[in-house]
Amino acid sequence: MKKILTTPIKDEDLESLNIGDVVYLSGTLVTCRDVAHRRLIELGRELPVNLEGGAIFHAGPIVRQKENGEYEMVSIGPTTSMRMEKFEKEFIQRTGVKLIVGKGGMGPETQEGCKENKAVHAIFPGGCAVLAATQVEKIEAAEWTDLGMPETLWVNRVKEFGPLIISIDTKGKNLIEENKAVFNEKKKPILERINQQVRFIK
Amino acid sequence: MDKAAAVVDLTNVMSKFTSYIGKRLPTDVTEKLGELREQEVNFLAKEVYESMRQNQEAADKLDRPSCQDTGVIQYFLQAGSNFPLLGELEGILEGATLGATKEGPLRHNAVETFVEKNTGTNTGSKIPWLDWEIVPGSDSVTIDVYMAGGGCTLPGAAKVLMPGQGYEGVAEFVFDVITSRGVNACPPLLVGVGVSTSAETAARLSKKAILRTVGSRHPNDNAALMEELLTEGLNELGLGPQGLTGNNSVMGVNIESSARHPSTIGVAVSTGCWAHRRGKIRINADLSYEVISHKGFKL
Repeated sequence: MKKILTTPIKDEDLESLNIGDVVYLSGTLVTCRDVAHRRLIELGRELPVNLEGGAIFHAGPIVRQKENGEYEMVSIGPTTSMRMEKFEKEFIQRTGVKLIVGKGGMGPETQEGCKENKAVHAIFPGGCAVLAATQVEKIEAAEWTDLGMPETLWVNRVKEFGPLIISIDTKGKNLIEENKAVFNEKKKPILERINQQVRFIK
Repeated sequence: MDKAAAVVDLTNVMSKFTSYIGKRLPTDVTEKLGELREQEVNFLAKEVYESMRQNQEAADKLDRPSCQDTGVIQYFLQAGSNFPLLGELEGILEGATLGATKEGPLRHNAVETFVEKNTGTNTGSKIPWLDWEIVPGSDSVTIDVYMAGGGCTLPGAAKVLMPGQGYEGVAEFVFDVITSRGVNACPPLLVGVGVSTSAETAARLSKKAILRTVGSRHPNDNAALMEELLTEGLNELGLGPQGLTGNNSVMGVNIESSARHPSTIGVAVSTGCWAHRRGKIRINADLSYEVISHKGFKL
């Protein structure tokens, strides 16, 4: 059975989740990426959207404005979450956001932020942007549109948005970092084998 | 046909082709992904491959860009010196980018540097980016359109090694880039490696390498061997789709090379994500054309 989170998300909704679990989201999902993070943390500007118990999506979508002025979500996949690592711990503290959706892993600062504030980071499969767009029911608002299409905060109403693969849980475990440690361990013997066969300079 | 009408015609073709390649993957990439998908057994890897399949199906059916990040548009030209619109090509490709941005629609991805403003048109200083090679005596032009997202552009790296580090140093550099940054670049990746003299020559070759088809081999036996060893070795790491572990890491490794200075080995890596959106089209002197990358292409 699908495990579905609904905004506003409470601490107890997340506590039983572990890295590698797959969940879906219904409710509100706000796109928030590089410049929005910088504006809140470095420039001290207040976010135009309340994220208490909320969910953000590291994503810069393609949006089309229809003739009646309404926005249509065309294509919305995740962007590389690691770019927000510099800001995310403080972002979680300041906003009370509970679910961060993106692509790839995040680092130790975000891990700490997730553990201290009972939040999680989840991976939506990268590149699957039309699949994601079909799970957006409506764009309810657009904030900070001066940032241009990718960086605008698009406030989306989503239904069973996913799959979302938990990559950092509330215990502070980090799936991608654990995987990377395994990749790095495997690397050395493989390279030793390759290097014996590529001594072309003689 | 007069020249002005020919320019309009070709702009239209290139605009449609640019838009098209953002929605449907090239035949070689689709085939390779199908093959890799069959080899996966773990739950998360299969879950991700299933999302990828659903996504490509939806993109085709809804006629939308399959990934939201439609990149900064790049055109790699092999232009015949006798191609009748040689001097017009730059303007034609700028027009094609503007057209595709509206028709796709493509995401607005050209941020004017230092001004730090998104131009909103996907054009800007030196954008679309053009890479030229002139083919003496030919009267056709072959154009590779490439649309790389930020995610698979981020791992890009170049370095100049000392000859003592040898090709062993090249292999180590490739592995370091892929294990540290390739994980976030939407694997399974197509890895391009340039081996040359300096940072920028190696970098350009590494990008040309991922324009080659998956599974194609370098004409030199040693280089081809290295392509195979790196492919096998990276797959053994088992990055899996999205770095969630699995039986493969890459679609392949392609190497491009030039002769080098005796004192240096320039090496560079460029990565293409699983949604490797590139297209190859040949345009003849009479403006008839043939799409090489996508079987069954229709305007």
